[in-house]
Amino acid sequence: MTVERIQRISGPGLPIRGENIDTDRIIPARFLKSVSFEGLETHLFEDDRREVDARQHDSHPASNPAFSAATVLLVNTNFGCGSSREHAPQAIRRRGIRAIVGESFSEIFFGNSIALGMPCVSAGAETMQALMTAVERTPSTELVVDLESMTVHSNGATYPITLPAPARDAFLSGTWDATGLLLADFDDVRAVARKLPYVSGW
Amino acid sequence: MPSTLFEKVWNAHSVRRLPTGQTQLFIGLHLIHEVTSPQAFDMLRARGGTVAFPDRTIATVDHIVPTSDQRRPFIDLKAEEMLSSLERNCREYGIHLVDLNSGHQGIVHVIGPELGLTQPGMTIACGDSHTSTHGAFGAIAFGIGTSQVRDVLASQCLTMEPLKVRRIEVRGRLASGVYAKDVILTIIRRLGVNGGVGYAYEYAGDTVERMSMEERMTICNMSIEGGARIGYVNPDQKTFDYLQARRFAPHGDDFERAVQWWRSMASDAGAPYDDQVVLDAAGIRPTVTWGINPGESVSVDEPVPSDAEADALAFMGVTRGQKLAGTRIDVAFIGSCTNGRLSDLREAARIVRGNHVAPRVKALVVPGSQSVRAAAEREGLDRVFTEAGFEWRGAGCSMCLAMNNDRLEGTEVCASSSNRNFKGRQGSPTGRTLLMSPAMVAAAAIAGEVVDVRQLSGVEAGVDG
Repeated sequence: MTVERIQRISGPGLPIRGENIDTDRIIPARFLKSVSFEGLETHLFEDDRREVDARQHDSHPASNPAFSAATVLLVNTNFGCGSSREHAPQAIRRRGIRAIVGESFSEIFFGNSIALGMPCVSAGAETMQALMTAVERTPSTELVVDLESMTVHSNGATYPITLPAPARDAFLSGTWDATGLLLADFDDVRAVARKLPYVSGW
Repeated sequence: MPSTLFEKVWNAHSVRRLPTGQTQLFIGLHLIHEVTSPQAFDMLRARGGTVAFPDRTIATVDHIVPTSDQRRPFIDLKAEEMLSSLERNCREYGIHLVDLNSGHQGIVHVIGPELGLTQPGMTIACGDSHTSTHGAFGAIAFGIGTSQVRDVLASQCLTMEPLKVRRIEVRGRLASGVYAKDVILTIIRRLGVNGGVGYAYEYAGDTVERMSMEERMTICNMSIEGGARIGYVNPDQKTFDYLQARRFAPHGDDFERAVQWWRSMASDAGAPYDDQVVLDAAGIRPTVTWGINPGESVSVDEPVPSDAEADALAFMGVTRGQKLAGTRIDVAFIGSCTNGRLSDLREAARIVRGNHVAPRVKALVVPGSQSVRAAAEREGLDRVFTEAGFEWRGAGCSMCLAMNNDRLEGTEVCASSSNRNFKGRQGSPTGRTLLMSPAMVAAAAIAGEVVDVRQLSGVEAGVDG
């Protein structure tokens, strides 16, 4: 089963500076009290926004209307650490984001984002500084994340990005939604189960 | 060729290499709860799918359960809706639910081992990052998101990329008053909160070998706080003894055969590791976090580092060079999948006995499961706590992440035996969390401020025994 192929994501950026931004900050646990993911985007970074906006109205980038059309999230290191809640990438994607460029990501967050068709690509600290500064100065700056050439373009400049080959292939071939793949040739799954003594019996 | 437990378990569960280069991995045990599974069932339904191996998924309710009044329907209607949804899904797909009336309900990472569901050599997945806890038994256990919960329900498989293995060897005796919690906080501080990204952590060395299963669970539980999605300890006689006669563990001759297989899955002598780290247990002291992630910690008698990050300091109201001993607390929380087991409650009770909680401090004990609660009550620990002014609650995640009514207010400071000191983690956006061992939480509750548990008279604590 293939889904949409994902090769290029373009649009304005949303710069969120900071190291180790955990999923509790991305979406606080009190908003997980629901049996659906609907409406999560309204609470994206809610407590961080409240803290920063209290100092100056709408000064948190996620509150600032200048960034409301953003499709590319820009972050620093170990983004999405902590809780495995998929609510975090769900809230980000429902806010309109289609790709994240950052220095590094937590593994669980990275995997959850793949499952939503939202690539998390890595770039060096200098690249992130350049991209964030450009976007902060001119929020309408168009960013282009290209998984074919493994680059991000902004203001005529091109920077290299990285993404592990399996994830890249999954986006380019439209196989990032794994369920179909996992159900193909299901006899192989049953064969592995049969060989495991704790499944088949001691 | 000698190999690691990680490699053996991985290979035994590999179905195939996918065209993308990922591995399709069979999941031997799938644990679900009310927060991260309802959307997965809805996705499955929307695709017209079914649950491939319903007897390999076990459910419980933990995150949202009130720990005071558990009568149904819950007063919190959203919590009630989440549990009702889980009950409906389990009924519809034939999944065993360890519910509030079972006598065994509790935090998913406490009840898995308790019921003997968690066994060596397994792959275990759950929509919860602290699934690494189960690695204490020599299982490869890791947290997943909701789309992956859907995948496991549909296929009992996940797409995964292999990890590197870092062996973390802890050598020597822990001093009195120093616990497994202090060991893992020290490891995270040393290797960094993202030091484990791309790795499975294998905890080894004589210190870990001497630890009880519950202490090993505390260590493995917080692997994810160091960035490692998986942490494990090789199974040994202690592991097998723990599992014997537990409900879902093999029985009779099966148990003997199981032990043989479990032994065979342990890392071989001379197995290759991608990295090795050695830690001296004697150098570890009671540890407390000062900042907003679990790597930002110091020994209780050590100054906050001079290069501490300004944002974290401002949030916590802490200054560089300050020692945490003497920090006033408002709330003391003993519980969670990290430190909500019987041995944790025993250690805390030893400190509490004959003392009283400081006047302004709200102190609560939330056992990790109904079984832990019952066992503690048989020993009279509930009375030790309540006579000292602690609240004695029902089982659940409670104030670790405040998805029920147990939460911090305003800028309250909480001495907590849980696993995360993230901003807002305990329910108040401005609430402040100091992570520490249960014994240190108990001591702080009584003193009304952070104290060095080693300085309390009559305390002869320590894991070596």
